[in-house]
Amino acid sequence: MSAPRNTFLPRFAIAALVGAALVALADANLNPYLLSIIQFIGLNIILAVSLNVTNGFIGLFSLGHPAFMTVGGYVAAILVIPPERKAALLPDLPAFLAAQEWSFLPALIAGGSVAALVALIVGFPVLRLRGHYLAVATLGLIFIVQSFAVNLRGVTRGALGLSGLPELTNLWWVYLFCLVTIYVCWQLKHSSLGRTMLAIRENELAASCLGVKVARMRILSFVLGAFLAGIAGGLWVHLVTLISPSSFSFILAFEIVVMVVLGGTGSITGAVLVAVVLSVLTQLLRPVEEAANLFGASQMIVAFVVLVVLITRPKGLFGTAEPDLVGWLLRPFRKSKAA
Amino acid sequence: MNGAYLLSQVANGLILGSMYALIAIGFSMIYGIVRLINFAHGDIFTIGAFATLASIAVIQAPFPVVLAIVLVVGAAVGLLIERAAFRPMRGAPQVTGFIASLAVSIIIENLAVLTVSAQPRTFAVPAYLNRLIPLGGLNVRMIDIAIVLLAIILMIALVLFVRFTKIGVAMRATAENYDVARLMGININRMIGIAFAIGSALAAVAGLMWGTKYGQISPLMGVLPGLKAFVAAVIGGVGSITGAVLGGYVLGMAEVLFVGLLPPEYSGYRNAFVFGALILVLLVMPNGILGRSTEQRA
Repeated sequence: MSAPRNTFLPRFAIAALVGAALVALADANLNPYLLSIIQFIGLNIILAVSLNVTNGFIGLFSLGHPAFMTVGGYVAAILVIPPERKAALLPDLPAFLAAQEWSFLPALIAGGSVAALVALIVGFPVLRLRGHYLAVATLGLIFIVQSFAVNLRGVTRGALGLSGLPELTNLWWVYLFCLVTIYVCWQLKHSSLGRTMLAIRENELAASCLGVKVARMRILSFVLGAFLAGIAGGLWVHLVTLISPSSFSFILAFEIVVMVVLGGTGSITGAVLVAVVLSVLTQLLRPVEEAANLFGASQMIVAFVVLVVLITRPKGLFGTAEPDLVGWLLRPFRKSKAA
Repeated sequence: MNGAYLLSQVANGLILGSMYALIAIGFSMIYGIVRLINFAHGDIFTIGAFATLASIAVIQAPFPVVLAIVLVVGAAVGLLIERAAFRPMRGAPQVTGFIASLAVSIIIENLAVLTVSAQPRTFAVPAYLNRLIPLGGLNVRMIDIAIVLLAIILMIALVLFVRFTKIGVAMRATAENYDVARLMGININRMIGIAFAIGSALAAVAGLMWGTKYGQISPLMGVLPGLKAFVAAVIGGVGSITGAVLGGYVLGMAEVLFVGLLPPEYSGYRNAFVFGALILVLLVMPNGILGRSTEQRA
């Protein structure tokens, strides 16, 4: 089903180092526009892999990622803005918040934690639902969070949003959290905890007969996904330096879900690959779209591709498997050695 | 707060509820037979509104003709979507169909934005529909009465159809047990097609009502009413037509009263209220008001 665990750590370390070298190279040579595109790709990887924990491992169908990103984004933004700017931007902010000035990393983690807390509170009622009901309830969560963001004007500045946020996110931060996300999710999948989750996905009744605490595992995976989504939200808003209630819409939920489903629900490799391919595809199509004055065409193409893949490969590209891409890439070299 | 104000709020709730109920019926029928939540349903509502606008503005059709056109367009689009997107996936896991419906919805929305532009359009309705009629101490527009009456007529027609015709019995059998119905010689694909056609036609009529009532339509107008109608279907009990009607009226009434009776600073939480209500209802009554427990199968 997957590579034995002991080969993962060295490979991961090597891949991380190679990635770091590439990041350093890109950071030094590329223009800011290309860098920001690479960062969006990284963010999509974080989002797809973290949603995979909820939707792929345990088989819950959540669309709530944008809600958690909104929560994480607002929390991180409010904590990071310096007090003097807060006084101008948000005069009605409660005093204990107005005095805060956090550095980036703790603010991100706080954003993730608040998102996780929201997931925990919402999770108890919502996770009793299955399949479709859960999907609609989490979609509803996006609208609930949005209406709070619009109406709690004292904290969020309403529909205007918070603009002019410091540009703190850079390629290194995104890369770091990509690594953390992939590492945590990979180790989770190949631990007994992750196996328990997969068991629930495959047959909930059988799993609970074997003594698996289904409800607890569901909450755990939902909360973990939400935590990472909250962090991604914090990174995102400090990349575009803006957050508004409509920053993360349900279209985004669809895009992330598509990455997970196309990659194969449960496959981390698949999620990463599709996240990269889809983000690059969208970026390539954007100039075409603008030139031809056909806005929305790229979304349509993506949606169409999704339909075709769903019809021809209902399990996604890789199913739950983690194909050995490194081995596959190296195969031609090995063959030449043998010959 | 006086009696007339309360009465007019109730009337508004009834109108909104009628529209929710018509959309919710389609959700419920389709879910009842194929266990699919059709996200594109809200977009058929949009298509209905635009079909209305087109037939009023372009061919200046009289209102009953417009209604007929909208019904036919809605049914045709529903059939087309089912044939093109959902039939090839028959037998796949439930989630597959759900994502497919999201994809269809995104295709329709972007197509609509590309063809008719995202600008909201105003809706000119014939003058006689805007005439004020005194009714129980309250002046209501002709259109308001027409909406409620039309919705009720359509619902009664549907219930009679499902209860007493041969096709209706076959549809209920299919919803009851898909496989056994097939063994009894019922053409399943035809039943699913009919469910899509009827459900979509009703959603399109709801689009007509929305446009004439609120006077403005746009390509993305269907997203929220579609989702809320789904909430209504769940509250009533998914799979049951009477449940969908009940849920539609309960939700429409609750939403209007929430906005109308609470202080104005809470009215922004309208959507939060609706989706919060969904979560609450599912907590207390996981199968909705009239739904039966069918989901627990090992």
